[in-house]
Amino acid sequence: MLIYAHSRPGRLAWAQVPAGDFPVDDLPAVLLRGDPPALPEVSELDVVRHYTRLSQQNFSIDTHFYPLGSCTMKYNPRGANTLAMLPGFLARHPLAPDATGQGMLSCLYELQGILQSVSGMQAVSLAPMAGAQGEFSGVAMIRAYHLARGDFGRSEIIVPDAAHGTNPATAAMCGYRVREIRTDADGDVDIEALKQAVGPQTAGIMLTNPSTLGIFERHIAQIAEIVHAVGGLLYYDGANMNAILGKVRPGAMGFDVMHFNLHKTFSTPHGGGGPGAGAIGAGPRLEPFLPLPLVVRDESGFHLQGERERPRSIGRLSAFNGNLGVLLRAYVYIRLLGGEGMNRVADYATLNAAYLAKRLAAVGFELAFPRRRASHEFIVTLRRLAKERGVSAMDVAKRLLDYGFHAPTTYFPALVPECLLIEPTETEAKETLDAFVEAMAAILAEAEQDPQKLKGAPYTTPVSRLDEVRAARKPDLAWKPPGSEA
Amino acid sequence: MSDIPTDLHYTETHEWLREEDDGSLLLGVTAHAVELLGDLVYVELPEPESELSGGEACAVVESTKAASDVYSPVNGVVEAVNEALNDSPELVNQDPYGAGWLVRIRPATTGSFDGLLDAGQYANHIESAG
Repeated sequence: MLIYAHSRPGRLAWAQVPAGDFPVDDLPAVLLRGDPPALPEVSELDVVRHYTRLSQQNFSIDTHFYPLGSCTMKYNPRGANTLAMLPGFLARHPLAPDATGQGMLSCLYELQGILQSVSGMQAVSLAPMAGAQGEFSGVAMIRAYHLARGDFGRSEIIVPDAAHGTNPATAAMCGYRVREIRTDADGDVDIEALKQAVGPQTAGIMLTNPSTLGIFERHIAQIAEIVHAVGGLLYYDGANMNAILGKVRPGAMGFDVMHFNLHKTFSTPHGGGGPGAGAIGAGPRLEPFLPLPLVVRDESGFHLQGERERPRSIGRLSAFNGNLGVLLRAYVYIRLLGGEGMNRVADYATLNAAYLAKRLAAVGFELAFPRRRASHEFIVTLRRLAKERGVSAMDVAKRLLDYGFHAPTTYFPALVPECLLIEPTETEAKETLDAFVEAMAAILAEAEQDPQKLKGAPYTTPVSRLDEVRAARKPDLAWKPPGSEA
Repeated sequence: MSDIPTDLHYTETHEWLREEDDGSLLLGVTAHAVELLGDLVYVELPEPESELSGGEACAVVESTKAASDVYSPVNGVVEAVNEALNDSPELVNQDPYGAGWLVRIRPATTGSFDGLLDAGQYANHIESAG
């Protein structure tokens, strides 16, 4: 139900009406609207009830286990939220002088430093406002590096077939041709295919490690050697950083540039509740090209560096300084954890994933890579169920909602048929994981006995199975007020 | 096993080619590919008269699960595209070897299908890929 359904002519939330008169006669007439906007006319209580009800219909990390692979939906500690909302942070104007924001700048400076040390990168910029923008910056920096050297022949970025969809999109946005390479039967990059693909046209390679298959790329040192030998650079997609936090640094694996998903690894709200933050780290070769601003420290305090100090930068990604509220939450989260705590994040993220993988295999699910140890996430393939019972990964995912669990990622990565990508994260207790296994086992039994039941799921949610095909083919994107022209 | 007509040429990436009487080639995606993709919601087709190179992407088929490139198996020029797919991408699901064709190609060299698979070889290929 839309808020408009509660609308009655003349109803108003008096207490919320701004006091005073707001003349608009200083605005050009051409910018003034002729008719009043079609806003709903509702009381304050109507509004509160409406949105509270909507919030109760959500599946969210605060209400449900959310094993959405590659998204790292971990609990967002309230303490990080509280401290990031201190009035001094909230009230700071982005154009206020550095001298009046030394506290804020010191937090950002420390965050840059911490991200440098966990990644093995030489410098970090906090400017990107989402993971995809971080990726874009990183590949733009690779491009700037080659061009600055007068190396104009590099036209290709190599991307494995298991990559996040953003990787080829990023390469294309930066003007590169995407060269896809295969994954071998055990989930590693096919080294022979890589050797065939590289050459003087190679600008770089984009990799996630652990990969989206939920396993650690064992040939990473060899891959770095092959790509560097032809003059290419290595981009690290930080989406799966949770698995290696405090254990191994992308810089030590040979990567030249990387983005962090602070909203994943460092537990700031995301998944519709964003916004994200895609801080970017660079090794010595790419450091001069980092996006602006960077926070530096000298004897007079902390400062934002701009174009004058960093003339080779790829520039600014937004008007101001990145998503400060998100950066502060990540900073507080990291300080709450400390170095020891970061190690435990990786320990328990991988332990939980390995435990869940073993238990699901034991109740009859097929692991996509049974010979490999799960990193922080793993893949179950339902190809047998699809073939024998006509039950798809989507059916199982939808049925999980009835059992009170958010569905895992479905149909990604695309190279594993009928797959579920499951990531429990370190913040879940064993009891939750066990309850999830029980639900999955119950659904498996239903699939064997009554496959038709799964086809109609979910049954207990506010809306049942959505027609995704119709939604995509005939999207209804613009709401029209009742009685208006269609 | 999905339908694999014996009079077509196939690729390992699940395209089919049919040689027409006028020497042009019709390009589409196989029933097996459509089965993997599920219901298509969008098909992106090349501009008529654009040049195609063998092995390069020339179209995109998008389902609720994934978007996949369609590769031209041959060098040539786009003679026509299946405009009906703009409004009805489901034709590819309903009739992948007929009304769901994608591109009509004027090939650079006629009658050359080196490196393409026949129906039997394609059946073995999808069987082994499991």
